Amino acid sequence: MSAPTDVRVGEYSVRVRPRPVVVVVVLLALAVVLGAVALTLGEFPLPLSGVVDTLLGSGTRAQQFVVLELRAPRVVLALVVGATLGVAGAVFQALARNALASPDLLGFTTGAASGALVAIVAFGAGALGTAGGAVVGVLVTAGIALALLGGETGGYRLVLVGIGLNAILYSLNNYLILRSDLSTASAAQTWLVGSLNGRDWTTVAVVGIGLVVLLVPALAVARRLDLLGMGDEAAGSIGVPVRSTRVVALVVGVLLVGTATAAVGPIAFVALAAPQLARRLAGTTGPTMIASGVLGGVLLLAGDVLGQRLAAPAQFPAGTMTASIGGLYLVWLLAREWKADRG
Amino acid sequence: MTRLEARGVTLAYEARTVSRDLDVAIPDGSFTVVVGPNACGKSTLLRGLARMIRPSSGTVSLDDRPVADYGAKEFARRLALLPQSPVAPDGIGVADLVARGRYPHQSLLRQWSPADEEAVSGAMAATGVAELAERAVGELSGGQRQRVWIAMVLAQDTPLLLLDEPTTFLDIAYQLEVLDLLADLHAAGDRTLVAVLHDLNQACRYATHLIAMRDGAVVAEGPPSEIVDADLLERVFGLIGDVVPDPRTGTPMIIPAGREARQAMRAGVSAATGHDGSSG
Repeated sequence: MSAPTDVRVGEYSVRVRPRPVVVVVVLLALAVVLGAVALTLGEFPLPLSGVVDTLLGSGTRAQQFVVLELRAPRVVLALVVGATLGVAGAVFQALARNALASPDLLGFTTGAASGALVAIVAFGAGALGTAGGAVVGVLVTAGIALALLGGETGGYRLVLVGIGLNAILYSLNNYLILRSDLSTASAAQTWLVGSLNGRDWTTVAVVGIGLVVLLVPALAVARRLDLLGMGDEAAGSIGVPVRSTRVVALVVGVLLVGTATAAVGPIAFVALAAPQLARRLAGTTGPTMIASGVLGGVLLLAGDVLGQRLAAPAQFPAGTMTASIGGLYLVWLLAREWKADRG
Repeated sequence: MTRLEARGVTLAYEARTVSRDLDVAIPDGSFTVVVGPNACGKSTLLRGLARMIRPSSGTVSLDDRPVADYGAKEFARRLALLPQSPVAPDGIGVADLVARGRYPHQSLLRQWSPADEEAVSGAMAATGVAELAERAVGELSGGQRQRVWIAMVLAQDTPLLLLDEPTTFLDIAYQLEVLDLLADLHAAGDRTLVAVLHDLNQACRYATHLIAMRDGAVVAEGPPSEIVDADLLERVFGLIGDVVPDPRTGTPMIIPAGREARQAMRAGVSAATGHDGSSG
């Protein structure tokens, strides 16, 4: 626990804890370094110095094109989508008071995928239609979840309903692929593995704006979500509006997942791990939206860089990378919780 | 004078109605204790008073205003409730948990005022947890932990303080420690305390005002020495026994009759009234 610093001006006061701030600054620096490395990757050979030159405005036309038009959107998209997922994960884990309650295990990511698959399989949708389908899918999933939850949007009930929904939607997705013809199925599969490949600045801008807009309510409910960790009655007793906090958090979380999934397809692990790691690094008891976001960006970018480098020239999609790392992390987390429960 | 009262309230959880048409007034400045057998609706009453559950009819009012009309923080500056089993977040420190009680006094531009500082250190001093300030709540004993939670609701600095079974799960020595603390807090100022307790002897010792409930209704209320007698014992708990003055404090003390006597009296009651003596 780091000691908080209080800044007071007249009757106004702001409380700052140094450790989370330091963590965010370090992570941002890491993101910059990782981003620069990522810009050197690809078929066109370009050393780090060349990347820096190009970013500073010099460099040949070819270099400019490769770095600014081909590679940079992918790098920035990884950071922005990862951040969106990191914040979403922080919201869901606080809402459910459960470290395992990430949107990809609670059915929301799968629901977005269902929407996208329906768009691809039934309507032969292109990129934009697929993204729209994902948004509709996540909203419908959230509607069903809300109806099943009956206003009780926290704790184990959210986790159990979510896991059930996830199983149903997962089999629906399999069915959709099974009944479509080969080329459609292949397009659907490509979307389903979650890839950052071939996205342009427009996608980056849309996700970026979504993230910034949704970050405002996420930050606004962060403190209240933290206090909800004491139980509904204890939190309500000190003046937390329990029900409205829950509903706002759920809506924000769902929209964040929808935005990220619509842009790049389902990405596993980031929403699960980023908030957990961020909380441990920052030494806080509750959700740390900013740190979770920055760490989410770093994790996804790292997953993408690994995917490109590990077996180059063969490439693994970022979604596959994060899913494999995520599986290992999940096993470790469960084993640890199990040990803690027994010990 | 009474600031907090329930008038004609019906309290229910979804399908199950606990209390119907209940009238309760909490005397200002009292240490009110609610007693009654399990599932008699005492915790539900407390939740209703603290607006944790919304009555399906009737109103609970605080300072002549329906509790539902208050804003969340506005209400929390007037009334604090310590629920039965609050959860201490993983790894939280004592001072941090106590500081959470200041939430209703804070805002985005007023995150930590000198008044907050004062209230937190005052609450920790009053509950004797000041020396534990830097410890993690998870590593404290049950009695210490309960004192930390009480410090949190004290830091909230409300004229009304409600506690739902604050002594449950504690050893007898810790139970008395917590009750002594509550009595001190009551004696120290014009705070009104309302607690749900299981132990009738402890309730009689500490309460200035007793509310005895059964099947969701108030059976009797008043100062313990005026209302607690063998008759009340039977009407509220269905228990046969004697009520004698506590040799230490003079407050009513319950001595349940021995098994044979209880069975004999029950048989006698049944013979006399023609039905089972356990029904109240």
